[in-house]
Amino acid sequence: MARAVSFNRKTFNTVLAWSIGLLIFFPILWTILTSFKTEGQAIADPPLFLMFDWTLENYAIVQERSDYLRFLTNSVIIAGGSTLLGIFVAVPAAWSMAFVPSKRTKDILLWMLSTKMLPAVGVLYPIYLIFIELGLLDTKIGLVVVLMLINLPIIVWMLYTYFKEIPSEILEAARMDGASLRSEILYVLTPMAIPGIASTILLNFILAWNEAFWTLNLTAAQAAPLTAFIASYSSPEGLFYAKLSAASTMAIAPILILGWFSQKQLVRGLTFGAVK
Amino acid sequence: MGRIVLEKVTKKFEHVEVIQPLDLTIEEGEFVVFVGPSGCGKSTLLRLIAGLEDVSSGDIYIDDQNATDLPPAQRRLAMVFQSYALYPHMSVRKNIAFPLKMAKLDQAEIDRRVAAAAEVLSLTDYLDRRPGQLSGGQRQRVAIGRAIVREPSAFLFDEPLSNLDAALRVGMRLEISELHARLKTTMIYVTHDQVEAMTMADKIVVLQGGVIEQVGSPLELYRNPRNRFVAGFIGSPKMNFIEGPEAAKYDAHCIGIRPEHIGVSETKGEWKGSISVSEHLGSDTFFHVHDTGLAETITVRAGGEVAFKHGDTVYLSPRPEMIHKFDAEGLRL
Repeated sequence: MARAVSFNRKTFNTVLAWSIGLLIFFPILWTILTSFKTEGQAIADPPLFLMFDWTLENYAIVQERSDYLRFLTNSVIIAGGSTLLGIFVAVPAAWSMAFVPSKRTKDILLWMLSTKMLPAVGVLYPIYLIFIELGLLDTKIGLVVVLMLINLPIIVWMLYTYFKEIPSEILEAARMDGASLRSEILYVLTPMAIPGIASTILLNFILAWNEAFWTLNLTAAQAAPLTAFIASYSSPEGLFYAKLSAASTMAIAPILILGWFSQKQLVRGLTFGAVK
Repeated sequence: MGRIVLEKVTKKFEHVEVIQPLDLTIEEGEFVVFVGPSGCGKSTLLRLIAGLEDVSSGDIYIDDQNATDLPPAQRRLAMVFQSYALYPHMSVRKNIAFPLKMAKLDQAEIDRRVAAAAEVLSLTDYLDRRPGQLSGGQRQRVAIGRAIVREPSAFLFDEPLSNLDAALRVGMRLEISELHARLKTTMIYVTHDQVEAMTMADKIVVLQGGVIEQVGSPLELYRNPRNRFVAGFIGSPKMNFIEGPEAAKYDAHCIGIRPEHIGVSETKGEWKGSISVSEHLGSDTFFHVHDTGLAETITVRAGGEVAFKHGDTVYLSPRPEMIHKFDAEGLRL
C-alpha cells in the first residue's frame, strides 16, 4: 500500500521545495530585475522589488558601449569548439575503458577525476608561459584547447558510464556480424549512445560557457567571450549595478534558454545509471 | 565448409584454467551440442571458437585454415546469443541486413536475402518494427535471421532458448532442428538442458570443470556412458546409483540403473521399498521409492495407468542387462 501523505505534509513539502528553489534562483532573478532599473533605483535603500520605472536604457547603453555580438560569437566558438574536440577525444577513450578494461582502468579514471581537484590557479603560471611561448594568448584556439582539457575528465566519465550501460553482447554480435572496429563504433555503439552523448555535449557546453577563470586570464580583446564581457562592467572606477546586471543578463540568457529547452535531456544525463 | 578442429586448446582467466587441454573435431554439417552444468566451460569453449575470447594455448582450425589469431569478423561464423543481442536502434530489416551491409553486398542482393530470411522465419510482417516491439520468440527469430542471411561456415548458439517460456522453447527447438535439416550447415549449440541436447544433437560433447567427459551420439551417451558423471547427466529422470553390498554383487563399486529400466509390482521383485511421492504425467508416472536400504531414493518410471499412493509397499525389479557398473573412480567397468 502506498504511504498515505497527509494534506498538511504535502503543503509543507511544496512550500519548502518552492522556497529552496526561489532562494537558489533569487540572485539570477534580482540581476534580471536590476537590469531594468535606472542606476539610482538599482542602489535604492530599501531595495525596490517590482515597483520601479521599468526601462531598457541599460541594454541600449551596454550594446552601444561594447560589441555584444562579438563576445557572443567568441563564447559560442569557444564553448562549442572545446566540447566537440572533447567528445572527439573522449569517445575512443571511454570506449576502450568501458569495453576493453585493463587492470588499471579504474585507477586511470580516478586519476583523471583527481586532476579536477587541483586548484586551477596552481597551473595558471605554467599554462600562461606556454601560451606566450606558443603565441596562443588571447586566441580562440588556445581557449578551445584549454577548456577542452579542463572538461575532458568529466566528458570521459560521463561517456564511460553511458557506454557501460550498453550490453557488451551487442558489440560482440556486431563483431560476429563482420563489423570492423570503425563500423562497430559508427553503426552500433554511437547510435545507441546518442542520448548519452547529447547530454554530455549539453552539460559540457554549459560548463565551458560559464567558465570564467581561464577565459578571463588568457584573453584580452580578441578572443574574449561573454565572461569577459560581464567582467568589463565590474570595473573599479564606478559601480554601475544596472549596467552590470544588463550585461550579465545578456550573457546568461542564451545558456539559460538552452538549458530550459533541454532540461529533460540534462536531468536524464545527470541521473543516468542511478535509476534502472 | 564448416569443419572445425580444436587442438590442445586451453583457456586461463587470471590463474584459473577454465578449459584444460582439449581436442575436438566437429565435422562438416554436424549438429554438435556442448552440454554440462553451469561453470563447466561450455560457453567459454564456444566463445573461443567464435574468437570473442583468445585461446591461452593451442590451435583452432576452421575449414583447414588456422583461425587461432583471426578476429571474429573474419572467421565466417554466425552467432546467436542468449540475450539475442539485437541492435535496439535498428528495425528488424536493418538488424538482419547488418552482416550483409558489413560484407558490402549491393543493396538489391541485401534486399533479396533479407526478404528470403524473413519469409523462412515468418518475420515478413515485422520487418519495419524495432526489436523492442517484438515478443521474445520473435526476437529470437530475428537473431537467427541475422545469423542465416550471411550463409556462414557454421552457426554458434549460446543457450538461445533459455530466455523463452517452456512452450515456446519446444517450438523453437523444432524450428532450429528443421533449419539444420534444411541448411545442412554445421551448428554448435550450447545448453545446460540435457533434453535439448538429446533431442537436437548429432553429437553431444559433455563437459565438466573444463574437461570433456565424453563425446558421442545421444544414444551412445545414453546407452554407454563412460563414467558416472555422464550417466547421471544424460537421461531424465536421472539414473539411480547404488553403492555398497548390492553393487558388490555385480563386482562393482557402484551400479547405475535408469528409472525406465526398473519394473514395479505390488507382489514380487528383487528390492522392497515404500512409495514416498508419485508424479503422474498422464503418459508416465514417476515413483520415488524410499526405505529400500540401497539408496536414499530410487526413482522408477512406469506407465501412466499404474497407480500407487504414498506409503504403499512395492517391489522393484531392475532389468539386469541394463545395469551400468562403475569403479571407485566413477569410470565404467
